[in-house]
This record gives sequence, C-alpha cells and structure tokens, in this order.
Amino acid sequence: MPAHRRRIALAAATTVLVTVPGCGLITAETGPNTLTVADYYTAEPGNTALTEILRSCGEETGVTVVREVMPRSQLVPKLLRDGAADTLPDLVLSDNPDLAKLASTGALLPLDGRVDTDGFYDSVLAAGSYQGDLYGVAPGVNGLALFYDRRVLADAGLQPPTTWDELRETAAALTGDDRYGLALSAIGTEEGTWQFEPFLWGAGAELTDLDSPEAETALTFWASLFADGSVSSSALNWQQSDVAEQFVGGHAAMMINGSWQLASLDAQQDVDWGVVPLPVPEAGDQPATPLGGEVWAVPEGERQERAVALLDCVLAPDNMLQWARLRADVPAHPDVAARLVEERPDLAPFVASAPSAEARTAELGTGYPAVSQAISTALQRVATGQLDPAEALARAQREAADAS
Amino acid sequence: MTMTPRRGPVVRIFAGSRRLASRLAALPNRASTAKYKLRSGALPAGRHAPLADPRTSKRQTLARLGFYVPAVLYLAVFFGYPLAANVVMSFQDYTVTSFYDGGAPFNGLANYAAVLGDELFSTTLWNTVVFTVASLAFQFAIGLGLALFFRRHFPLSGVLRALLLLPWLLPLLVSGTVFRWLLDQDYGVVNHLLLNLGLIDDPVPWLVSPDHAMAAVVIANVWIGIPFNMVILYGGLTSISPQLYEAAALDGAGAWQRFRHLTWPLLRPVTSVVLMLGLVYTIKAFDVVMVLTQAGPADATQLLSTWSYQLSFTQLHFGQGAAVGNVLIVIAMLFALVYLRAVRREQAGR
Repeated sequence: MPAHRRRIALAAATTVLVTVPGCGLITAETGPNTLTVADYYTAEPGNTALTEILRSCGEETGVTVVREVMPRSQLVPKLLRDGAADTLPDLVLSDNPDLAKLASTGALLPLDGRVDTDGFYDSVLAAGSYQGDLYGVAPGVNGLALFYDRRVLADAGLQPPTTWDELRETAAALTGDDRYGLALSAIGTEEGTWQFEPFLWGAGAELTDLDSPEAETALTFWASLFADGSVSSSALNWQQSDVAEQFVGGHAAMMINGSWQLASLDAQQDVDWGVVPLPVPEAGDQPATPLGGEVWAVPEGERQERAVALLDCVLAPDNMLQWARLRADVPAHPDVAARLVEERPDLAPFVASAPSAEARTAELGTGYPAVSQAISTALQRVATGQLDPAEALARAQREAADAS
Repeated sequence: MTMTPRRGPVVRIFAGSRRLASRLAALPNRASTAKYKLRSGALPAGRHAPLADPRTSKRQTLARLGFYVPAVLYLAVFFGYPLAANVVMSFQDYTVTSFYDGGAPFNGLANYAAVLGDELFSTTLWNTVVFTVASLAFQFAIGLGLALFFRRHFPLSGVLRALLLLPWLLPLLVSGTVFRWLLDQDYGVVNHLLLNLGLIDDPVPWLVSPDHAMAAVVIANVWIGIPFNMVILYGGLTSISPQLYEAAALDGAGAWQRFRHLTWPLLRPVTSVVLMLGLVYTIKAFDVVMVLTQAGPADATQLLSTWSYQLSFTQLHFGQGAAVGNVLIVIAMLFALVYLRAVRREQAGR
C-alpha cells in the first residue's frame, strides 16, 4: 500500500474516532443573564402573547429570555432527555396533568413562599401541587363549557340546555339533515377522557373508583347521546379542534369545548354562537369541569432565583390580565378574573366553573395517565357497542389497577 | 447473500452500508482486493504474491481493519447501543425519575410478565398479524400486477410509472391525514361515492367502528406500500431476458404459462427480498395507524408498535414498553431466519 494512501486511511479512521466523543459540543451554553424557557405554544395567539410577556418581564427583571418552542407531545420527552443530560431549561410551561410526573423526578423547585400566589383559586393551586408542595403555577386556566348555534336553537324554539335531561332532549331535537345535535371529542387519548370527566364528576364518581354505580350512571348517560344518534360516531376520532371545525362548519348545533376556542370562534363569521356552563345532572348542581391549562415550573439550577423573579413578574395582576385576555383564559386570581369578565362577557361560564374545577392529578398524581387511558378506552368500547357501561367500567378499573 | 443467520432483520437494512464499507476497504490496492475476493472464493490461490512479506501483510491487515472502523462504529453507536439499552431497559423498573437520577432497579422478568399477562397482548398480537399479512398480500399482488403492466411499453408509461411513485414520496403524516378525510364517515369521499353508486345503503364507519377500522388502516398502508413493491419487482422483471419469452412463445406457451413457468420462478429471488423487506417495514408500522385511528377505536387497531409507544410515552412504563418492543424484534428476527434459510437452501440447490 503506497504511503499516502495509508495516511488517508489513518486520517479517516481518526476523524471518526475524534468526532464521536465531540458530540458534547452541541449543548448550548448560555450566560447567567439569559434564561431559557421550554413551551409548546406554537399556535397563535399564545405564541405572540408569550413572547411579548417574556420580553417585557425580562426587561423588568434584567434578563434575556430565549424560548424553545416544540409540539406539545415532545415537551415531556424533551424534558426527560434534558433531565438525564443535566441540561434542563430554566423555566418550563407544561400542561398541568404532566406536572406530577415532572415533579416526581425531583427536578423541580418547590415554589411555596417563593412566588406570590396569595388569593389564587384553590383549584389552580391544587393543579400545581404534587404531594402537598406547590411546583407549578398557572397565570390562567381553562375549562369546558357548552357552545351553541344561536340561529339553529332559535329556529327550533329551544333554549340552551342546563340539565342532562335537557341536553339529551335538545340534542335529539336538533339532529337532522346533515347536522348532529351535539359534537364532542371521544378520542382514545387524554382529550377524550378530559371531555368525559365533567359527566363522571357530575354524577359524583371518582377517578379512583371507576366501577362505582355513579360512574355507571355517567357513562350510561354519555353513551345515550351516541345511541340516540345525537352525536356522530365519528366523534371517536375527533380531537377538540376537529369538534370546533364541525361546529363552525354547521355540522353540529352544539359542542362541548374549551375557552381556548373563543379566539378562533371570534375570528369566523359563519356561526352566531353563544356559550353556557356545561349542563349538570339536576337543576342547581355545580358544574364539575376538569381544570385545564399550562403551569409554569422552575427546574432547580444555578439560575433558579432569576427564573423565580421572572415568574413573579409574569404572575403580577396586570400581566396576568393581559395574558388571559390574549389567550381567552380564566385568570388565576378571582379579582383579575372579574376584571376580564367585564371586558369579555362570554368568558363568564368559564369563570363561574373555575372555583369548583377539579385538578385531574390531585388524587392520582403520577398514576393519572394510566387511569386516563383506561377511561378513554372504556368510552370507545361503550360507544362502539362492544361492552355495556358496567362491563367497560369494570374492565377499566382492572386495567387502571394493573397499571399502577 | 453473505449474511449469517445470527444477525437480525434490522442488520439487513444496514447490510448495504456494510457491504459498501467492505468494498471501500477492498479498493485501495490490488492485493487487498485479491484477498477480499479470495475470501468469497472467487479467485484461485497464488494470485496474492505481494502478501509474502509478513511486515507488509500485517500493515495491510491493519489498514484494512481501519477502513472497517467507520462502519463498525456506526453500527455500534446507532444500532448496537440502542438495541442493547432497550434489552436492558426491559428488565428494569424504568420510570420518569430514572431519567433524572439514573436509578432504575432491575426487576427480573416482571415487565415481560406484565405485558404477556395483559388482556391486550393477545389482541395486539393478532392485530399485528392481520395487519402485516393483509398489507403484504395486497401490496405485493397489486405491485406485481402493475409491474407486469408496465413491462409492456406504451406511450407515457414512464410518466405514469413515475406518478405511481408519489405515495412513496409523500410523508406518511400527509397521506395518513388525507386518508382520514377520505374515509370520514359523514363527509368522506369514499362513503359519498359508494352511496351514490348504490353499493352501500348506510355510510360505512371506516375509522370509528371496531369492525372496519383494521380494514381502513390496511387500505391506507397498502396504498403507501404499492410503489415500493412495484419498483423492485419491475426491476426484477427487466432483468429477465426477453428472448426467453420469445422462445416460450414460439413453443406455444400462453400468457399464463409464461408467467407461471418463466416469470414467477425467475423472479423468485426478487420476490423473497421484496416480501422480506416489506415484512420488516410493515411489522413496525406506526405512524399510519397513529394518524388514522390513534390505535382505536377501543384498541381495534392497536399493534405491537403502537402499544409499545403507548406503554412508554402515555403510561410512562418504559420497561414494559421496551419489553413489547423486544417482542416485536424477536418476531421480525424469526422471519429473518426463515428467509435466510430459504435463501441458503436455494443457493445450495443450484
């Protein structure tokens, strides 16, 4: 072998050997005055609202804020990877049911006494707590309510339903010619479970006891909406954004959906809509909606004090109002919420349900994902007629117990 | 085939790069080329005179090994390590905390026991079998039909063939979403068409009924897989000499006889490669199901791959997810063994 060829061979082999350990260079290094934030607000209006608030609070507290935006499904896997590599961001904006699993790793800083949460809704603080300590704070939360097409209901001479019986009758009455009475999401993921939880809790059932008679009442009622033909069986494959499309497209007279749809409903001209609290089993009951929305959390690290200062600024009343205004969220403080309802009356049903909203992980903590999976599967088994409600719930309880 | 039966199916995918590496290693001088060929028994002994000096020969061995390094490293880092880590993880109680503090206690066979004892296991396994067999059968049959069709040259056949490649070029997310629209129960084009043609009386709940969902995902997956089958089989067909067909035609063989006694046997090596690669791709199919049905309704389209994902990333039982992943790998390996055996028997028979 000629000498120069040998040298090339050696060079090639050495390059490979040197480059592989060199991977460590990819990790970004940031200075003490730069904070990184991981979030999944890829869509408007949240995207701009977040950038704007972080910029002004960054100026106020003397730091530069860099956002790392990613799709929702990638946030938790990314944080787990970052945790393993010891490169966690300084602040995280995560979906509140995911907080328990993040907090269970021990990576998050307890926030009790560090940020000012005086007077916040108890439900908001419960959703940010794990095993009695506060790890996450939400500036704004969301929940579910019943949206309805004003014109369709007026033509039929009907009022928006307030009880389960009225919901069933109204939905059946409004079903016909290319239109369903009601649209909801029954997809086999957390979205489907979250939409069923108002029925479950409304009937007095608990997430820890899925085969109770109360749970059976809830599922039996829920399934009757499908059996009546008032809800399309396509709902089994609808995410909540699909539900909103059905409603805006005139294919559903009513829909169950969240306050985050208000902005996009405002932007369209096709449907003249109204919104009321979710119907309850009996007149006078309190709606029991799950508490939704993202919470801020601070991973422990060198820059944790600066991160806490930034978070305190984000939670200040005026910033909270601005944030909730742009996102159509319910502000986490009742006083701020009252101010916003004056501006935006259609947020009132959501504000009304905020104090009684339930945190999904309050009781179950890290066990919630398995229970959620068991519930959404049970919903699908019943809606497709494979099992009756009692059988499906018994199986769900068994699956949830096996998994935890 | 220079494969040994111990290697798994995934190695097959990398086999190209390995072969390339050994070819590269063989390139630099004639001596090593000679030795490389010698190993496969192509050249008579005695041609490798330059190897006589033991010092030169040692250096050449080293240099040759040096050229292996990139490929071996690549395999070790991107294939060996993840596979080994997955096997280890399947014997651990691996939770979210493990990512942060690194601690994951070994729990023996508990993950496998949990997975195999789960009510879902048999459903999932059966679904995977149905999905794989149905997808492969239709992909292959339609792909072969199209390949035979395009062998007759006609105006625009090249353009048409190129257009048929389109499903292969589209991201799965895009084709999956389009199929979701097409197969929508209330407003999908497919139901609209079938209703107007009078073939059905009520809209078919393609994606939302446990009885139809599997058919729907198979249809989408077949559509996606046809180009791959067509292209490779077409390549195989063009390598069959036209003179053979002329001779057969002169002997009075009809179209079916020509296919049965000429095309089919001569295409067999290509057929087995297509089916084997198709099996490996299909058995691990994931995205098309996730987009179309999210493994629902009520687990009707839950495959081993989607279940592994769900266990790991929804329920956060990473150990159990890894165990299901390993079951999938073992199944694919079994088929690889059967395939390699068949190839060997065929070669021995020649």
